[in-house]
Amino acid sequence: MDNIKDNQGDVWEVFVQSKPGLPHKHAGSLHATDKEMALQNARDLYTRRNEGTCIWVVPSNFIVSSLPEDSESFFDPSDDKIYRHPTHYVMPEGAKHI
Amino acid sequence: MLKKSSTDKNQLFVDYFFVKFGQPNKNIYNNMDEQQKLDAFQAKIDAEIKIEPKDWMPEEYRKHLQRQISQHAHSEVIGMQPEGNWVLRAPTLRAKVVLLAKIQDEAGHGQYLYAAGETLGKSRDEFIEELQTEKAKYSSIFNYPTLTWADMGAVGWLVDGAAIVNQVSLQRTSYGPYARAMVRICKEESFHQRQGYEIIAHMAKGTPEQKAMAQDALNRLWWPSLMMFGPHDADSPNLGNGVKWKIKRETNDELRQKFIDKTVHQAEVIGLTIPDPDLKWNEETGHYDYGKIDWDEFWNVVKGNGPCNKQRLEHHKRAHNNGKWVREAALAYAQKQKAKQMVA
Amino acid sequence: MMTQQDALINYCLRLGDSSLILGQRMAEWCSNGPTLEEDIALTNVSLDLFGQARTMLAYAANLEGKGKTEDDLAYRRSEREYYNTLLSERPNGHFGDTIARNFLHDAFLYHLYTALKNSKDETIAAHAAKSIKEIAYHLRHTGEWVVRLGDGTEESHQKIQQSFDDLWMFTGDLFEMNEVDELLIKAGIAVDLNEVKKNWDSTVNEVLQRATLQRPKDDYMQTGRLQGMHSEYLGHLLTDMQYLQRAYPDATW
Repeated sequence: MDNIKDNQGDVWEVFVQSKPGLPHKHAGSLHATDKEMALQNARDLYTRRNEGTCIWVVPSNFIVSSLPEDSESFFDPSDDKIYRHPTHYVMPEGAKHI
Repeated sequence: MLKKSSTDKNQLFVDYFFVKFGQPNKNIYNNMDEQQKLDAFQAKIDAEIKIEPKDWMPEEYRKHLQRQISQHAHSEVIGMQPEGNWVLRAPTLRAKVVLLAKIQDEAGHGQYLYAAGETLGKSRDEFIEELQTEKAKYSSIFNYPTLTWADMGAVGWLVDGAAIVNQVSLQRTSYGPYARAMVRICKEESFHQRQGYEIIAHMAKGTPEQKAMAQDALNRLWWPSLMMFGPHDADSPNLGNGVKWKIKRETNDELRQKFIDKTVHQAEVIGLTIPDPDLKWNEETGHYDYGKIDWDEFWNVVKGNGPCNKQRLEHHKRAHNNGKWVREAALAYAQKQKAKQMVA
Repeated sequence: MMTQQDALINYCLRLGDSSLILGQRMAEWCSNGPTLEEDIALTNVSLDLFGQARTMLAYAANLEGKGKTEDDLAYRRSEREYYNTLLSERPNGHFGDTIARNFLHDAFLYHLYTALKNSKDETIAAHAAKSIKEIAYHLRHTGEWVVRLGDGTEESHQKIQQSFDDLWMFTGDLFEMNEVDELLIKAGIAVDLNEVKKNWDSTVNEVLQRATLQRPKDDYMQTGRLQGMHSEYLGHLLTDMQYLQRAYPDATW
């Protein structure tokens, strides 16, 4: 393969679950050329201090992100929908477990 | 804040169109003039809202961060060498694993920082090339040699101690990815300084030879450690924007003073003498006064005239060049695997 | 006549020394890896190996009952008192040499410790159970790299094939046994290395095949581990490692 230019491989994003039952949380990123390498690098980089029970790795360019200019139209419309929060509702005095 | 200055529907459609189809740099800031953009940006900084990779930012801010983050990353990576110098010769198995774990953390921190730097649009390969062609700097402290085992104590205690003062402050830096990397780094660094202090404290109450080594290490590394914070504020050209944009949260002199104030007592506790006859407590300021730093030496080491500048860069280049065929093999293997998947 | 106690001490030294020497070799990679990520991976292996060495050397010192520590055994013994595998002391060479050496050694330790989990000596059994987790990862790591290099570029293929060819003569030493083994196998403490060899063969063959590499022919083999016979390389490795303890014999660190 003569057409290969030396580089560090793709950037991958790493998500670590710290305990069973918890969601996977973004830990950071790394370089790797294949998925096994990405998984092993993630293990060596992000779980050296008992930090994990499960790791996800995903190539960065597979992540679709909303953009800053999306933020008004994406997130502001939920500002006035306070009825989605339980504190919006008036409960009769003395009612319990609700 | 950050409201669109125009509600022109056509413009909105154009914005949407370009965003969707990937026209670069197309965002709400496009409807503002340069000054409005800067004002909006500054308002965000002042409100302590972190800047994220896709947000609009002044080109100067981007450049400043690229320079600072890469310099920080290079320092972590080059900093592995002076300590690596003693890994094979560590005097006990415990000392060996502790030192190795610490150096390994530094590689990790370099990695986190390069990753933060990469979000600003430069690849790690580019950062490495800048380092190797001396376009980018790293902390001058690593251009000093580690001569005895006591230096492993002094490096951990003083060099990491100084770095921690700076890094704790940087956890509040305005750029999101940099701040997140710093939070992680500070968490991991917490044992580094203790590791060094433990070594030097033990040697300081050891045999006369060990005590002499400990004092000698402090003598050699004290002043270069103070230089790690950079030139005095008055002589620091990049400080203005850095502070205004909250990239740097405290100035060089403020951080240096913090470091001195906490280190003097630590030296006393272990019976070592800080090599500065002018060092004394100032009741009025509530800080220690200290002697004159040899900035001539500092600038010379920065320019490449330190005892180890050449050695450190050569080492980095050698490792990088030796790894070339390995990286190429891994890339070729990945390509073959992909090709196989396509067929299947 | 060798007592079972003597045999057990020697057996622990073999295990501890091999991990110690290979750990020291892997520490040489610090700041020399092909990428930052791999640098960290290589020193992670080193840390695991030092951990294994400390357990076994501390146990050997304890069995000896002369008040020695893990450090006395690591830092105050000379070349001929070391019982590490010949493979573990081979120089790092290039990355492919290291990967090939470690892969062969990892596969050996993996199958050895798998068997030792059932040792009648509780300390060894517990040590094996703990270590096997680390070694399983090391084997996975080196195995994947053997495949990447073997099936990577022409250059990498040739390089790692050469690494295996050069190292092969030191693999026979891994499976040598003497009266120590005989005594301890009888007592249910040690395991028959002929059995380990069969499993080792199949692991090695499988990975070499995936990597499109040729298994070298079993030709003349170097031996010496059991007699404390080594290559010249070991002395230099110990010189570095033991320098401070030897130069300042009265100091503590």
